[in-house]
Amino acid sequence: MTKVEAVIQPSKLEAVKDALIEIGIDGMTVIEVRGHGRQKGHTEFYRGREYTVDLLPKVKLEIVLSDEMVEKAVQAIMNAARTGKIGDGKIFLSKVDEAIRIRNDERGVAAL
Amino acid sequence: MRTIVLQFLVLCCLQLLTQAQVPSGQPSSGGSASQSVTTESQTERLTRLEAQVADAKSSADNSWMLTSSALVLMMTGPGLALFYCGLVRKKNVLATMMQSFAMMAIITVLWGLFSYSLAFGAGNSFIGGLHNVFLRGIGVQPDPDYSATIPQQTFMVYQLMFAIITPALITGAFAERMKFSAMALFLILWSIFVYDPMAHMVWGKGGLLNASLGGRFPTLDFAGGTVVHVTSGVSALVCATYLGKRLGYPKEAMPPHSVVLSFIGACLLWVGWFGFNAGSALASGGLATSAFVATHFGAAAAVIGWAGAEWIRNGKPSALGAISGAVAGLVAITPAAGFVSPMSALFIGLAAGIVCYLMVAKVKAIFGYDDSLDAFGVHGAGGTLGALLTGIFAAKAINPILKDAQGNVLPSGLLEGNAHQLLNQLVGVGIAWALAIVGTLLILKIVDSVIGLRVSPEHEIQGLDLSQHGEEGYYWEASTL
Repeated sequence: MTKVEAVIQPSKLEAVKDALIEIGIDGMTVIEVRGHGRQKGHTEFYRGREYTVDLLPKVKLEIVLSDEMVEKAVQAIMNAARTGKIGDGKIFLSKVDEAIRIRNDERGVAAL
Repeated sequence: MRTIVLQFLVLCCLQLLTQAQVPSGQPSSGGSASQSVTTESQTERLTRLEAQVADAKSSADNSWMLTSSALVLMMTGPGLALFYCGLVRKKNVLATMMQSFAMMAIITVLWGLFSYSLAFGAGNSFIGGLHNVFLRGIGVQPDPDYSATIPQQTFMVYQLMFAIITPALITGAFAERMKFSAMALFLILWSIFVYDPMAHMVWGKGGLLNASLGGRFPTLDFAGGTVVHVTSGVSALVCATYLGKRLGYPKEAMPPHSVVLSFIGACLLWVGWFGFNAGSALASGGLATSAFVATHFGAAAAVIGWAGAEWIRNGKPSALGAISGAVAGLVAITPAAGFVSPMSALFIGLAAGIVCYLMVAKVKAIFGYDDSLDAFGVHGAGGTLGALLTGIFAAKAINPILKDAQGNVLPSGLLEGNAHQLLNQLVGVGIAWALAIVGTLLILKIVDSVIGLRVSPEHEIQGLDLSQHGEEGYYWEASTL
């Protein structure tokens, strides 16, 4: 099992969710985060003082999938989230040791 | 035959009329005696009508003054409370509101016990006496020195609202770092030893600066430019300097946590200010209208001044800038409201918007003081500017306040040829500055030595809501049930 973590632009969340549902993935966790890579922030002015905001709002999706679904999911996310500009985001993959369904104690891929 | 019937009918009508006019139980005689009964009742009727007219005038004045009192209270709560709390960080939102709200409670009690007497009771040129402690003698009868038409208690409660908001303004200087207990003690002493004397000098009977009651240096201050804004604004500067900067200022970013709340507060201030300025006419007539219009025009022009200056300097006009401009304009027009024309008000507002913007955006950074919510930049500077511009723009056609010994109206301001008034304005402003600086420094020193002014660094980082009040402003955790 693989965990897919995707940090994307907040405005792309609906498109990514729809794309994932279309390929049969409908379980996910969505977190609001702040961050940046190479994307510059912006400046705000309050009473004449300049504030540089370089931690930008992003959305992070976390999905745990069986290994054969991973590449399809990654492609779906990338196509839906890509604009071609700096700030599109990143996807990270990592191995998951175990998955457990709380309701009935199902384990492994059956719990996903 | 017809003429006899007509005459008879006329006589009957006359009788009926005279019976109606006779006030109580006087026997109406017919025919020849009706002539003298009519004359008597006409005089009585006139007297009664005069009393009714006076009552109507009093009713009109009193209803406006009570409304104004409510409007001015609204300026503190929630106007100023919202305006200030939106500008601080989330962890200090309640504490900031509490500072204004506490004044609504504490100053009211002080006022009733003895502060009203010290400010408006008969005394000497600098302070009132204790004749009216516990509001002795302050009933529903008007005090002709202050207003011939409204009950003294109305005047007292109206002035109370001013006494409430003035110390509340100072809280902007030491936001996010002062102990609640120290703030309360400091502002109690400030209210007694700085506000009461200043109010007495400008508005109280026998006051040194009173323009309407023969003060030695008549200062034109219609609604409190010197009494409220200069004193609080300059005190704010002293407090900000004495207490020192917030931890992390100016390097750490501390943007307002909710400009939305500040926006709402500013709009409430603008509307409430009609009570503050137009109510200072102490009547509901033409002068109140004049002050109302000047107030509104001053605010509007100042919005354009501040937002325009920002637009030029930063490339974008901010909402915070626009509302700050409005407040600056309202501050500056406060001493001028009942003395200047609408066009002069536009100029005063525009000047205030630009000057206060520069005070906040440039001067503060140059000197480096942490006047957190710009109490000095807006109220101290705006009030000083407004008081001086009043000496320039005051017009006797708007308000014939200055008279010579024979009762002839004198020119009011510089543009009318009275250059001397500008000097008087300087005296009034100077006294306000001096009283504020000396009084505030002394009181700060006393309170600091008794209980300490500033919260500990741990409490400052934790936030005043938790450390001073044991509360959080926004409890937005995921629902527990």
